[in-house]
Amino acid sequence: MAKKRLLTAFGTGLALLMAVSGASAAGLSDGVVKVGVMTDMSGAYSDLCGPGSVVAAQMAIDDFGGKVLGKKIELVSVDHQNKADIAANKAREWFDTEKVDVIADLPTSSAALAVMEVANQKNKITLISTGASTKITNDSCIATNVHWTYDTYALAVGTGKAVVANGGDTWFFITADYAFGHSLEGDTAAVVEANGGKVLGKVRAPFPNTDFSSFLLQAQASGAKIIGLANAGADTINSIKQAKEFGITQNQTLAGLLIFITDINSLGLDTAQGMMLTTGFYWDRNDETRAWSKRFRERHKNMPTMGQAGVYSSLMHYFAAVEKAGTDDSAAVMAAMKSMPINDMFAKNGYIRDDGRMVHDMYLVQVKKPSESKGPWDYYNVLRTIPGDEAYMSLDKSTCKLVKK
Amino acid sequence: MTWNLKNGPLLGAALMLVVLLAAPHMFYPVFLMKVLCFALFACAFNLLLGYVGLLSFGHAAFFGSAGYITAHMVKALNFDPLAGILVGVMVSSLLGLVIGWLAIRRSGIYFAMITLGFAQVIFFLSLQLKFTGGEDGIQGVPRGMLFGLVDLTDTMSMYYFVLAIFLCGFWLIYRTINSPFGQVLKAIRENEPRARSLGYDTDRFKLMAFVISAALSGLAGGTKALVFQLASLTDVNWHMSGEVVLMTLLGGMGTIFGPAIGALLVVTLNNYLAGFGSWVTIIIGAIFVSCVLAFRRGIVGEILEKVRTWPTRHKT
Amino acid sequence: MMIQIFGIPIQALLGQLLIGLINGSFYAILSLGLAIIFGLLNIINFTHGAQYMLGAFAAWMSLTYLGANYWVGLILAPLAVGAFGILMERFMLRRLYHLDHLYGLLLTFGLALILEGVFRQLYGVSGLSYTIPEIFQGGVNLKFMFLPYYRAWVIVASLSVCFATWYVIERTKLGAYLRAATEKPELLQAFGVNVPLMITLTFGYGVALAGFAGVLAAPIYQVTPVMGSNLIIVVFAVVVIGGMGSILGSIVTGIALGLIEGLTKVFYPEASGLVVFVIMALVLLLRPAGLFGREK
Repeated sequence: MAKKRLLTAFGTGLALLMAVSGASAAGLSDGVVKVGVMTDMSGAYSDLCGPGSVVAAQMAIDDFGGKVLGKKIELVSVDHQNKADIAANKAREWFDTEKVDVIADLPTSSAALAVMEVANQKNKITLISTGASTKITNDSCIATNVHWTYDTYALAVGTGKAVVANGGDTWFFITADYAFGHSLEGDTAAVVEANGGKVLGKVRAPFPNTDFSSFLLQAQASGAKIIGLANAGADTINSIKQAKEFGITQNQTLAGLLIFITDINSLGLDTAQGMMLTTGFYWDRNDETRAWSKRFRERHKNMPTMGQAGVYSSLMHYFAAVEKAGTDDSAAVMAAMKSMPINDMFAKNGYIRDDGRMVHDMYLVQVKKPSESKGPWDYYNVLRTIPGDEAYMSLDKSTCKLVKK
Repeated sequence: MTWNLKNGPLLGAALMLVVLLAAPHMFYPVFLMKVLCFALFACAFNLLLGYVGLLSFGHAAFFGSAGYITAHMVKALNFDPLAGILVGVMVSSLLGLVIGWLAIRRSGIYFAMITLGFAQVIFFLSLQLKFTGGEDGIQGVPRGMLFGLVDLTDTMSMYYFVLAIFLCGFWLIYRTINSPFGQVLKAIRENEPRARSLGYDTDRFKLMAFVISAALSGLAGGTKALVFQLASLTDVNWHMSGEVVLMTLLGGMGTIFGPAIGALLVVTLNNYLAGFGSWVTIIIGAIFVSCVLAFRRGIVGEILEKVRTWPTRHKT
Repeated sequence: MMIQIFGIPIQALLGQLLIGLINGSFYAILSLGLAIIFGLLNIINFTHGAQYMLGAFAAWMSLTYLGANYWVGLILAPLAVGAFGILMERFMLRRLYHLDHLYGLLLTFGLALILEGVFRQLYGVSGLSYTIPEIFQGGVNLKFMFLPYYRAWVIVASLSVCFATWYVIERTKLGAYLRAATEKPELLQAFGVNVPLMITLTFGYGVALAGFAGVLAAPIYQVTPVMGSNLIIVVFAVVVIGGMGSILGSIVTGIALGLIEGLTKVFYPEASGLVVFVIMALVLLLRPAGLFGREK
């Protein structure tokens, strides 16, 4: 009797285990093209990608007709919680047991890089949209990845150059003290100096951090015209709010280096007005973007961010490539993707390079004053279109091993 | 042979071995390896909480730092996987010695707070030091060739390698608990002044237990880094320290198999609920609360208690 | 000529010290709540960070849903959070008093996870804005820095609440009961004081302090579900340094650590997240009971 009870303990565990692996085994299929959206569903970036990215992916599937090569397109999604280990683990499971063919979105560079590592081993495709690091197309580049929407280099070039050209020639950086912040700061500083500007100083703020007042005072004391915010998400929002509170924005201008339209939405125009930033997509740019964004907003409460628009665009292109290649074999699909120019509401004449960079135009925008804004989500004035070849790091500077020099 | 409680662990161990040997043919091996790593971590933690009565709220420091060291050794310095893990274990034991030496001067809640504080120091170091790669962590760690012979990139070989490590660690914990040393630990848990009056240098015993626990946590952490080919901040974060407490509490602290069962359940839960975002946090919190309020002995503890009281309840 | 200390103009240093004082007052009020609870119940309240977050959310909700202004929120939110604390003590913590105090820690840890998870589910993570109340808009130029009125108010409000609490506990009859209950609850019970009720109310007050800090923080920081979870670990360290359960210790240490952290941000900003824990290690080496604590 007692023996039985002890067995029950193991039994319970086993049953649970079976329930889990049973559920995954059910997804085993061949007659299906399977798309996995791996994103941050509940964490710091969930508003700028997250559920919206899943909506964008579903829209792409619907717009393509739900089928490619006569096979059904299926969608799965998961919350990687911005943790590299969860992301790698889940990707491995998707490839091993669920026959996922392609993973899209991938915010948080560390998680994106971890998934690329797995995709490389399993020879599967990744379409990175919200992940930002330039490492993705340099040191860590793989043959089956496309980096779709933007990267830290493009942000630095776009914002840094434009700000210097507008007379903002002295800079002080408030940098989130981790790899992403350092790279954003380094890229921007290089651009500023190359264009005749000067970096007066920088301060490395611990990450994560809520109180930026001390760092803002240091920025103020430096006398720099521009305070560059080499951080993201809540850190950026807090530093912008507090800069206004301490009256710093009266004499100095903030340059947010990575800001999404949802960040502006949560800051409010009153606080964010006048800021310059670079983005890969803005909904109110032409009829095509407006039409698509309107459809997106009908399904999701917000206007699309560049990351979400990128998910849609990258998947549409992927499906077209599968159709052209006549197979979902990774190498053939990659070849097809690289052979076709990208022309949709997201990009005009975009193309994919050997390092996996999708080169397309970026936009330098300025946040409107509350008085200029005609309604909700009317936030940006587009100041300049930055041609793709200027926005992205040129191939001869690339450290990607796939680039032949 | 009549059934009695003494045979329990033996039978359990035999059963566990059979299940573990066969499991990778039935379940997803990477998932199983994750379970094994966390099971070892929880068992190591339980050595301290369940058998010495010390609640450390900073065990992620040992788990995570060993992961970083192992990953660095294997990736940057081309160490043999096992050698890499052993260096990781050495570092985590050393950390355990320093932190333990400072922490065991206090007990109870003070002890918990102090270990938590030091774990934060380790967290910040992991974020800042050059070799840890900041928030990217150390990625693409090669699994390599064990002794230059066994190719660990093969999932099955890796599984049996992890299993062997788990069994060694588990056996070590079992031996520790059932040695005279273990008896003294239990005596300290029950009544420290009394143990001291019997002539035991209780501080030394506590410190030794702390170091063993830290070393085995490091063993688990280093192995996990190889399994996922990744060492990241997740493993040094204080949430990880909380998670291992939960595994132990849920499975049954002070029982031999409890923490492993707890680890199995928590890892399964995490995997299964990963798509539901913050519900994971809510459910884990709810399990914590219900464990503390309703069944403090944990799953295995409650079962053992039923078994123990069964004869008396069924006497006529 | 500008006076300089270690290459930093004294003006800039003064500014940083003032900011340190502002952060220190947050630490002080949070660690004070923890110290009161720990002194009487011997429980480390892991929910303290979540209750701080609750305070901020309560203020935001009362503004958004009830249209109540800042001052109403400042009263209402701590009351609501305190009431929540009382329920928590009455129906959960009380069942654990006969057990090892560690169970209290684990229970509050679990509750903190639930609260954080629920608010993340309801409001997302990027946070909500709470505008600085009209009367505190703007600031004053102190020559060495621009001091926003609201930050000045934070210092005044939290220090006066800290001082008042200290005064009540150390100098009044009610406080004497409280201290007696900390030392010998059975004896006090024998004198006819309702000790369980006192414990409940004290817990409620400690929690309300966290809620109060949350309201103070709402206009400065984004109101987010995770705002408390990182802060609370630092506050734990503050309490350990000050000596757990010491009222004066928690206030003084809170402010002092704010100042030290402020200075670190000038001289070696990378370490500002770490400095508190390094000090904790040093203090524990030299005085295991904390600066103001007594060996038990």
